[in-house]
Amino acid sequence: MDKRVQEIVLRDSSTPAIPNLEMGGNVLLTRLDEIVNWARRNSIFPLTFGLACCAIEMMSSAASRFDLARFGMEVFRASPRQADLMIVAGRVSKKMAPVLRQIYDQMPAPKWVVSMGACASCGGIFNNYAIVQGVDQIVPVDVYVPGCPPSPDALIYALIKLQQKIRTQRLGMLLELKPRTDTPAIGGAETKTISTPNSSLPSVRAHET
Amino acid sequence: MNIIRDVIKPIGKGLKITMRHFLEPKDTVSYPEQRKEQFARTRWRHVLLRYEDGLERCIGCSLCAGACPVRCIYVEAAENTDEERYSPGERYAKRYEINLLRCIYCGYCQDACPTGAIVLREDYELADYTRESFIATKEMLLEPLPVRDEVAEAVK
Repeated sequence: MDKRVQEIVLRDSSTPAIPNLEMGGNVLLTRLDEIVNWARRNSIFPLTFGLACCAIEMMSSAASRFDLARFGMEVFRASPRQADLMIVAGRVSKKMAPVLRQIYDQMPAPKWVVSMGACASCGGIFNNYAIVQGVDQIVPVDVYVPGCPPSPDALIYALIKLQQKIRTQRLGMLLELKPRTDTPAIGGAETKTISTPNSSLPSVRAHET
Repeated sequence: MNIIRDVIKPIGKGLKITMRHFLEPKDTVSYPEQRKEQFARTRWRHVLLRYEDGLERCIGCSLCAGACPVRCIYVEAAENTDEERYSPGERYAKRYEINLLRCIYCGYCQDACPTGAIVLREDYELADYTRESFIATKEMLLEPLPVRDEVAEAVK
């Protein structure tokens, strides 16, 4: 299992959807993966989770100039039960952190998180007592977008990177597979520690699924 | 209720507006294929510049790190020697690292730089999967060495 996790390489859109991973012991689900990943990555419903000024850019990326509908992402859902992707747009205060975690837990299983902007990704300019220094201390983050705020096309670039990541996910493994460098045992343990470098806070133990 | 006045005419009026917008040129920039035009002073990813002869402009003075409001720049200076020369002055930046995730792209480093070494350019495609990958080292930030055009030199 661990070996296969390391073999997953993210690749650009010109390469075929399922790379030749020497089957990895996964015979029945190989072609199904392709179909399921195609469906998943082309109909990602983001959750409306604007916390600060980044939300303005997030809204404008859904509007006609940039038009997230081209990627099947125009349906911003107000309910976490109907959302696949949480775009954390803006600074997360310590008071907001448990709310964010609860909303993440309420999202149904194949779910992804994009940390948009400097504040959400690592605290940005707000290195103080009130702001969480990176939303990855609370939820596992798939794609980080730098910028203050990121322009709509920078966000769209991140969402394309997320689509490329979904391409490489496989059904035979954990649905919420997130290849991480800091957690070698990704499939075995029920809980895992989300550790972040450059953080002053102790690491948070987060329950997966 | 007058069917023509209250129903058909308003619907026709509405559809007229719809058709007018439908036939207008589209505003959408289809991003991965087309790029929207960047403004002249767009500030995105940093680049460390060189002089025309290939020497680095950066002299390792750390004024950019001092001006940075989020302290995302780390500079470690070292002395130039005649055998190993990186910049024209006495010192050069031995290590130069920017945390691109923490950076807010305000451009204060660009304003503070006495030699015009650090500039912010248009490259906004910076998103990545891990936090570690956002630490840009000096090798990643430095502009590539100028290529000598030997044909043009021979013509001269």
